[in-house]
Amino acid sequence: MVTHRANIYKEVGAAMDQVELRRLESKCSQENPPACTAGCPIHVDVRKLMLAIQNQDWKSAASILQQKQPFPGIISRICDHPCEDVCKRKDVGATVAISNLERFCLENYAPKIANVGAVPPKSQTVAVVGSGLRGLTTAYDLARKGYIVTLFEKSDRLGGNLWKHPEQQLPAQVITNELSVLNRPNVTIERNAGITRQDLSQLKERFDALYIGFAAQSEDALELLGENSTVDPISCTTPIAGVFAGGRFGNNSPINAVADGRRGAVSIDRYLQGASLTASRHGEGAFESKLFVNVNKIPSLPAVPMSHESGGYTGEEAVREAGRCLNCQCLECVKACKYLESYGGYPKKYLREIYNNESIVMGTRHANKMINSCTQCGLCAEVCPNDLDMGQVCLASRESMVRRGKMPPSAHDFALRDMAFSNSEQFALTRHQPGFDSSKYVFFPGCQLSGSSPEHVEKVYAYLTEQLVGGVGLMLRCCGAPAHWGGDQGQFQTSFEEMVVEWENLGKPQLIVACSTCHSMFREKLPGVVSLWELIKDMDLPIQGDGANYGKVAVQDPCTTRYEQGIHEAVRHILLRLGCEIEELPYSKELTKCCGFGGLTAFANPRLAQQIVENRIKESTVDYVAYCAMCRDRFAAHGKRTLHLLDLIFADDLQNAATRPDSGFSQRHEHRARLKRTLLHKFWQTPQEKERGYRTIKIICNEEISKLMEERLIFIEDVQQVIEHAEGTGSKFINPDNGNYLAYFRPARVTYWVEYQPQEDGFVVLNAYSHRMEIVEEVKP
Amino acid sequence: MNKTANLPPKPVWKCGKCGGELKHGTVKITYLGNDLRVEELKCLNCGLVLITEELALGKMFEVEQSLEDK
Repeated sequence: MVTHRANIYKEVGAAMDQVELRRLESKCSQENPPACTAGCPIHVDVRKLMLAIQNQDWKSAASILQQKQPFPGIISRICDHPCEDVCKRKDVGATVAISNLERFCLENYAPKIANVGAVPPKSQTVAVVGSGLRGLTTAYDLARKGYIVTLFEKSDRLGGNLWKHPEQQLPAQVITNELSVLNRPNVTIERNAGITRQDLSQLKERFDALYIGFAAQSEDALELLGENSTVDPISCTTPIAGVFAGGRFGNNSPINAVADGRRGAVSIDRYLQGASLTASRHGEGAFESKLFVNVNKIPSLPAVPMSHESGGYTGEEAVREAGRCLNCQCLECVKACKYLESYGGYPKKYLREIYNNESIVMGTRHANKMINSCTQCGLCAEVCPNDLDMGQVCLASRESMVRRGKMPPSAHDFALRDMAFSNSEQFALTRHQPGFDSSKYVFFPGCQLSGSSPEHVEKVYAYLTEQLVGGVGLMLRCCGAPAHWGGDQGQFQTSFEEMVVEWENLGKPQLIVACSTCHSMFREKLPGVVSLWELIKDMDLPIQGDGANYGKVAVQDPCTTRYEQGIHEAVRHILLRLGCEIEELPYSKELTKCCGFGGLTAFANPRLAQQIVENRIKESTVDYVAYCAMCRDRFAAHGKRTLHLLDLIFADDLQNAATRPDSGFSQRHEHRARLKRTLLHKFWQTPQEKERGYRTIKIICNEEISKLMEERLIFIEDVQQVIEHAEGTGSKFINPDNGNYLAYFRPARVTYWVEYQPQEDGFVVLNAYSHRMEIVEEVKP
Repeated sequence: MNKTANLPPKPVWKCGKCGGELKHGTVKITYLGNDLRVEELKCLNCGLVLITEELALGKMFEVEQSLEDK
């Protein structure tokens, strides 16, 4: 699977062009007709018909049938229903009794004989020989198009073989009624008008085109066409120009005879219009649909029996039988992914929207938010029968947006600032193990674990230096995932190259990563990257607290480990060694679901990210164990008891660890900065550096304000800078009623506003908000 | 979510620099190369412009979003 994913990366590396759009679109089978419709030679919309019957909407049911069937009353009674042979319900119960349901509709709610409205008349004339189903259909279809049609029937009544059906099945009255649809000004019916081979050349003189309504190579056809009776099955052409005939052998299938006649009509129309007789004809007649339908989890349902076998279904029975229709759809990815579901469509539709979004030169790009809302977790590709990966499509589109300067700044700015912080001197650090001047390994804890559980990073580093021989260096920084997810390849490359220089300076030691996102960023680029879990799975574990007796847990595999079987196994191996009982979530391992942070969804579409997490935590009632700090924090933030795998090894109080709230963005910064200072102090005996500048300003905010700042993506350091600026320059507003101050400052691309009140050695924050528009106004000094 | 929970009703802000009243005046604001002129409260003396929470999170946010998608 890994190789297969690598191919997809290559496939969608470039922005989408028309060819690429078509190629990707062809992978999504959702718009293909259901098997029944494809298997019906004239493509009756059975799925829609079944819905109409379920809703007892008889008018719609009749009109659905009329849309494709020239003589619905006749066909519904005699159809040999090849649709039923391919009905997907067959594998989970029994095929839906489509034909009997059609018959029920027509027998009980027969529509008025379709009065085909006036069509612009054409001057061209067509002779149709024979009034069996072929000839009747051709005549009907061409008459509807306005041609002047003359129908020749050797006997005194239209219908040919139709009269051979028993009266009980197909009453004479029905035949007469249904065929009255041909009583229209542009149709002339010549009864008792047998046509011989000799008549044929004369007809050719009189008419612009001829249709011989007999089965291919049938006695009648041979008699009439002689040596010219070879008929092309696709175009129904005979060796004589302008003469067409039945292209299908035999008269054993009424519905195929209708389809054959229809094919002839299409050809004659094309012939008379001077269009190609062979182009784009693959959609005619029965074919095998590419629509993928997963019936695995569908409960089996037997066919509804008829209480009166000969009399057909009762209304109640018909509604129940139609209710067994699976309403065949693919939607495999949409069923599995909240994101794909939330936009109300399916990949093929989204692909066109993304393509259009890219093509807009002037005007609004409506799909920006949709493109930026995907978590890029890869689940869609895993469940798609054709491996269509919408995550990679969205990523390619984001990269193209960034390249063209069309990426909305508000989508990823905050995450990129967070990344810049982690790669700044505030957090970034590269060292050999104390007392070593070379490193065999280097531990890369990642920014989110450091931001969420700095104490675990400290303990893991100490543990690794004890367990491993040859020196374990340390590298604190961000792996660049936010830039990668946001489509900013420039920033990602810069960050990655900086990291590689540091790594090379350490002597290219083996990289030990604790975060699966870091792992996913490095695994294809740096040799020998190993996850912490695979490394320690068989090592002595310094279990603290009550990790060994925690009981049952459900494992959350991070989406970035989707195809990392080694990591999945290592994590479960560790859990079993810790004495945990493992419950597998319905979506786990290669089917795992994202927590909503991946792809920066949590920033571009917070509401969707919340739905994603709420959906995920509902999968089991037992406590979750995550081995990604973001998964853990996001689940915990939504009230799900969740442990980090490291909690089970290193935490003293697991009850506390399972309910520990999400750290929040500001606290993560704080944690990272403090972790660096603590590690430098503890391991390398570097004197603790004191905070400087605005970072020393003491900010006091209650829980409500902290939460508000989180939601509005405002860091404490943003507030500190506003207050430093306001207090330093006096540029602030004052509310004389309560003495509150309100001030603004724009450190970079966002203007932050803070309402505050000085208090002893600090400032109480009362409100904070921001905007991206810039006020262009000179403030006098 | 009540986004204005923390602002008292209609606070009468005054300029903290000169103590002057805020008056409506033309303010130039810009985003992604688009310049707009709007009437906002400002200190005509010092040039400080007041963008209220309601404006920042309401109308201004809408305009930002629509300019970002242009």
